[in-house]
Amino acid sequence: MNPDHLLADLDLPAGARVVVAMSGGVDSSVCAGLLAEAGFDVVGITMQLYDHGQATGRAGSCCAGRDIRDARAVADRLGIPHFVLDYEERFRRQVIDEFAAGYAAGRTPIPCVRCNERIKFGDLLESAQELGAAALVTGHYVRRLRTLERTELHRGRDSAKDQSYFLFATTDRQLARLRFPLGGLTKAETRAHAQRLGLPVAEKAESQDICFVPDGDHASVVTALRPEAGQSGEIVDDAGRVLGRHKGLAGITVGQRRGLGVAAPERMYVTEIDPVSRRVTIAPKARARMRSALLDRLHLVGAAAAGELPGEVMAKHRYNEPAQPATVQRDEAGRVEVVFREPQLGIARGQACVLYDGSRLLGGGWIERAAA
Amino acid sequence: MAQVLAGVGNPSSVHGEGRAARRILEDARTLLAGMLGTDPDGITFTSGGTEANDLALGAAPGRPVLVGATEHASVLEAVPDAPRIPVGPDGLIDMAALAGLLAEHRPGLVSVMLVNNETGVVQDIQRLAVEVHAAGALLHVDAVQALGKLPGVTLAALGCDLLTVSAHKIGGPQGVGALSARPGLLLPARLRGGGQEGRRRAGTHNLPGIAGFAQAIRLLDSAEPERLLGLRRRLEARLLAGLPDAAIAGAAAPRAPHITALVLLGRPAELQVIRLDLAGIAVSAGAACSSGKVQASHVLQAMGLGPLAGCALRLSLGWSSTEAEVDRAADAISGLHRPAGTLPAMAPPLPNGMTVAT
Repeated sequence: MNPDHLLADLDLPAGARVVVAMSGGVDSSVCAGLLAEAGFDVVGITMQLYDHGQATGRAGSCCAGRDIRDARAVADRLGIPHFVLDYEERFRRQVIDEFAAGYAAGRTPIPCVRCNERIKFGDLLESAQELGAAALVTGHYVRRLRTLERTELHRGRDSAKDQSYFLFATTDRQLARLRFPLGGLTKAETRAHAQRLGLPVAEKAESQDICFVPDGDHASVVTALRPEAGQSGEIVDDAGRVLGRHKGLAGITVGQRRGLGVAAPERMYVTEIDPVSRRVTIAPKARARMRSALLDRLHLVGAAAAGELPGEVMAKHRYNEPAQPATVQRDEAGRVEVVFREPQLGIARGQACVLYDGSRLLGGGWIERAAA
Repeated sequence: MAQVLAGVGNPSSVHGEGRAARRILEDARTLLAGMLGTDPDGITFTSGGTEANDLALGAAPGRPVLVGATEHASVLEAVPDAPRIPVGPDGLIDMAALAGLLAEHRPGLVSVMLVNNETGVVQDIQRLAVEVHAAGALLHVDAVQALGKLPGVTLAALGCDLLTVSAHKIGGPQGVGALSARPGLLLPARLRGGGQEGRRRAGTHNLPGIAGFAQAIRLLDSAEPERLLGLRRRLEARLLAGLPDAAIAGAAAPRAPHITALVLLGRPAELQVIRLDLAGIAVSAGAACSSGKVQASHVLQAMGLGPLAGCALRLSLGWSSTEAEVDRAADAISGLHRPAGTLPAMAPPLPNGMTVAT
C-alpha cells in the first residue's frame, strides 16, 4: 500500500503531532511505523493496564511486561519517543471489576468495549490532547470515513480482523480525534509493513482475546475477584428438572453447549442464568433460539440520526457471530428491541448488539435480555 | 580508575599483580574510612547503596526492624513487613510515634535515611540515635544522598552504628557503594562464598569501581554544597514566582542543598514529565519501576500530600549546574502550566548534572 495514500486518508495536517497507543503488538507497532514514515511527529504511549499477578491473585510477577519491552524496542527502532502511562488503578476499577461483577450477575461482559470507551478513548485520548497531539492513533481494524456531513465508522477491510463491534460506543467527539490507519489493510499487509519497516515484532503471535486474562482462563480471574461466581448451582432443563450441577457462573455464558457436564439425549444449550439462585437453564436447540434482543439504549455512531435508521439492518449480537438481518423497534421509553429475521442462539445479557448498514457501523447497545 | 582497568589483578590473589590490586583496594578503604570517621576494618565495599542497605538490615538477626516511612525502596522492599515510622507533614520522623514503636516492637535495628532522595529533607539523626540506643537497638542511616552534600556525614557525628554510601552520587562510577559499620559490630554476610571483605561480603572485588570511588572522594570540593544551595534557592524562587499554585514539599524542614520536590496542583506528574521531555528537556523518571511507569510518590504520600503525591516533579542539581541552566529549567517548568498546545516549540536541552524527575 502506498504511504501517500494513507497520509491522505488520515485527514491530519502534515507533520502534526500524533499519539500512537502502542500495545507492543504488530498492529499498533505498524501504525507508529507508518505515521513516522509519513513524517508525523509520533509519540508512542503504552498503557500499563494490569499485571497478571494481580489479576489472578498470584504473587511474584513484575509490572515490566514483555509487551511494554516490545513497544519500547519498536519505538527505539523507529527513533520516536515512547512513554508508559500507568492506568492500572483505573483499568481495575472501570474494566476488570466490572468484568468480574458481570459474570457474578449472570451476564457475559465484554471488557474490550469498556476499555475503549473509558480508558483508551477516555483517559488516553485526554492525555494525548494534553500533550498537544492532533489525534490519537490506534491499531484497530476499522475505517473512519468522512462524508460532507459527518464522520462515519466502517468495518475494517479485512473481514476476519474487523474490530468495529468493539467500537460501537464511540462518541462523535472521540471520533473527531481518533485515527485508524489499519482499517484499509489486511492483516497480511500489516505484517508485510512490519517486515518492510524492520520492526522487531513482525513475527509476533496474535494477542489473546482478553488481554488481562492469562491462558484464556477467565473463570479463575473472575472467581479471584468475586468468589461467589465460583459457587456451584443447579442445572435444570426448561421444564424445571434438575439435570446436574455447575461449578460456578464464572464459566458460563448463554448459548454455551460444552463443558456443562450434563448427559442428555439431545444437544442442550444454556438459555438462562439466574444470578440469585445460581440456577442455569438449558434447552435443546429448537427451544434455545431467541427472536429478539432488548437493549438498554441505542448508541448511535457518526451522528446517525434517529429517523435515519434503515428499515432493515444487519445486527451482530456477539463478536464471533456473523451479522444477521434484523429490524429495530423503539418504544416511547426509549427502549430498543432488535428483532432478528431468524431466531438466534446465544443472545446473552451483557454482550453488545451492534448494528450495521452494509459496512457502516450505525451503533448498538448493551443486551438487557433476550425474548422468544 | 583507567589505570586499574589497564592492568587489573585480583586483590584476593597472592601473586604480585594481586598485591598491587590489594594496595589500591586498601588505599580506597583507608580513604573512605577517614572520610566517614571510622576504622578501615569497618568498611564493606558493595555493589551500591541497595546492597549496602540490605547488608545493614541483616545486622540484628532474629529481631524486629523499624524503618522510616519515607525510606528508599531498597530499604522498604528489603523488609516489607517492618513497621514504618510515620513522618510529619514536613517529612521529619514523628518522634512520639517512634517512641511508641520502640516500646511496642522492641526492635534490634532501626533504619532511617539522612537525606531523602525525593525531597532533600534532612532527618535529625543525632536525636534519633539517642532514642534508638536508649531502647537497645542499632541505628542504620542511609546517607547515599548526603555524602558530599552535607558536613558531618560520619558515624561519630551522627551517632549511628551503620552508614550506607554510594559512589555515583558523588561523581564516582555506578555500581559501587559501601557500608560503614561501628568497629566491632558483627555483620552476617548476605552473599557467601570467597570470604572477601572480612567474610561480610563474598565476591570478587569491583576494583575499577572502588578505585573510581576513591578518586571521587579525592576530588570532592568542600565549597560545592554552598554553591548548590545558592542555585537551589534561585531555582525555587523563580519557580514559585512563575507558578502561583505550586509548593515545595518539605519546605518547613532542614533540606539538603541539591534537591527540590515541586508539587503542582492538579497536573499529574507523569504527563508533565512527558511534556518536558517532548519540549527537549532532559528528563528522568525518579520513582519508576523497571517498566518505566511513573508511580505516585510514597514519600509524599507519607507526608500526607494524598492525591498531590502524583503531581510532583523532583529537581536535582549537580556539579555542572549553572545559574543560566537553573533559569532555563524554571522557565520551561513554568511553561507547563500554560494551556495545552501553547508550549514553546523546542526549549534547549538541560545540560549534564541537572535532571527533572518525578
